[in-house]
Amino acid sequence: MSVVVQALVGPFVEFPFMRRALVATWALSLGSAPIGCLLVLRRMSLVGDAMAHAVLPGAAAGFLLAGLSLPAMSLGGFVAALGVALAAGFVSRHTPQREDASFAAFYLIALALGVLLVSLRGSQMDLMHMLFGSVLAVDDAALLQIAVVASVTLWALALLYRPLVLESFDPGFLRSVGGPGAAVHMALLVLLVANLVSAFQALGTLMAVGLMMLPATAARFWVAGLPAMAAVAVAIGAVSGTLGLLLSYHAELPSGPCIVLVCGVAYVLSVLFGARDGMLLRQLRKPAHLTR
Amino acid sequence: MKTASSAVRVHDLTVAYRGHPAVHHLSGEFVAGSMTAVVGPNGAGKSSLLNALGGALRGYEGRVEHDATLRIAYLPQASALDRSFPVQVVDVVAVGLWASIGNFGALRRTDRARVDEALAAVGLSGFGQRLLGELSAGQAQRVLFARVLLQDAGLILLDEPFNAIDARTTADLLALLHRWKHEARTVIAVLHDLDQVRANFEQTLLLAREQVSWGPTAQVLDAAHLFKARQMSQAWDDTAVLCERAA
Repeated sequence: MSVVVQALVGPFVEFPFMRRALVATWALSLGSAPIGCLLVLRRMSLVGDAMAHAVLPGAAAGFLLAGLSLPAMSLGGFVAALGVALAAGFVSRHTPQREDASFAAFYLIALALGVLLVSLRGSQMDLMHMLFGSVLAVDDAALLQIAVVASVTLWALALLYRPLVLESFDPGFLRSVGGPGAAVHMALLVLLVANLVSAFQALGTLMAVGLMMLPATAARFWVAGLPAMAAVAVAIGAVSGTLGLLLSYHAELPSGPCIVLVCGVAYVLSVLFGARDGMLLRQLRKPAHLTR
Repeated sequence: MKTASSAVRVHDLTVAYRGHPAVHHLSGEFVAGSMTAVVGPNGAGKSSLLNALGGALRGYEGRVEHDATLRIAYLPQASALDRSFPVQVVDVVAVGLWASIGNFGALRRTDRARVDEALAAVGLSGFGQRLLGELSAGQAQRVLFARVLLQDAGLILLDEPFNAIDARTTADLLALLHRWKHEARTVIAVLHDLDQVRANFEQTLLLAREQVSWGPTAQVLDAAHLFKARQMSQAWDDTAVLCERAA
């Protein structure tokens, strides 16, 4: 085996924890990246960020009650993030404040509360673990949770595709035909939170949103339609996850930040060289045009 | 009661935002199979009225009455639509078949043929695979009219359908309106171009929050009524007392 192949494949052949981490990042990409695409197109990118922060106090509460138990922390995180989403939605519906501002307010409260809760019982290490995750410690139970969430997400998106897309670009029409506007908006938030929670152990509350949003924002520079965009985002996420794991293995760096950083590199490359709207292409394209 | 002749009746309709009425104690009926223009200054409550008629707005006082089986197509102002969303023209038009396909139903071959027919009817044959964002404002409006065509509605509500639309597109789309009237559909459109209203709409509702005049266009759009509409729309008084007019 050549040196390059050994460097690329070796770690996964040799270590079960690397294989599990690899499958985890691929499965996470499958679920998160399409959700990220919808958020980008609906101008809700920062809502994903806010939700990721809002997971923390719930996870911390679960940690306080049950120690480092995945089910307790997942359930807590799910409830807390959904609570923040509902509270923010409630405030923006019943006051003149716009949704982004109320989301910002509630996630800041949640983040502070979460850090405080962890510090009540946990160590600095526990806090770091919650904020930044540990994909190399993903066990079978966590892997199963990630796989279930990814599967449910893809089925739900396929099933709700028509009302979701309509609610995204023409909510007035959906309302006028009696479509389930509020329900699909809620479903999207639930899926968003479920994906963030499932990514929580692998990537932590702060990094989870990276695998969701960066591939989605990058994909826009390659293709136009939503299904194509989701597919490209999944691919970018999976490849970045793989390269990130290898980088972290060979350079002995923490894996979560490595994965998100490689996603970031993919994003910058897409902005520069993307085949659809990349900057280089815009520079190179001669001012030629068709006859009609 | 002449149920056959009125498609929609409004009875003492009031729509208020923060207590300030946008539509104030409006009563009357839209004649079935007629074309009615709703005109009036900005802020006169035209869009609010259409929202209430279309069922998109619920918190109003008074009553809106129509046959329970009446199918309504509602085309909001262009600004309500995110044209940058990457969706194909054919998909936008196809949801006009919502009554039969709903959230989950598949498009059959006959449905696809109807989508193509609707696109042809608005002069956009061959545009099906284009993205909505690649079209001009006029072409996008043609797409939305194709969707209304497929909705096969008895009542068609159009909110400023010809804003920022060129003369030729407007003429083509106006022809569609006349076709709908010919098919005994009721059309209610919010418009600003009074010459266009005089030339195409037999009925007009002149609105300035309250009804200024409602009836045959030639009688409604006279100088005295238009002057009155301008006067009435100016007032927004935070110290206004509660309206105690009987409901």
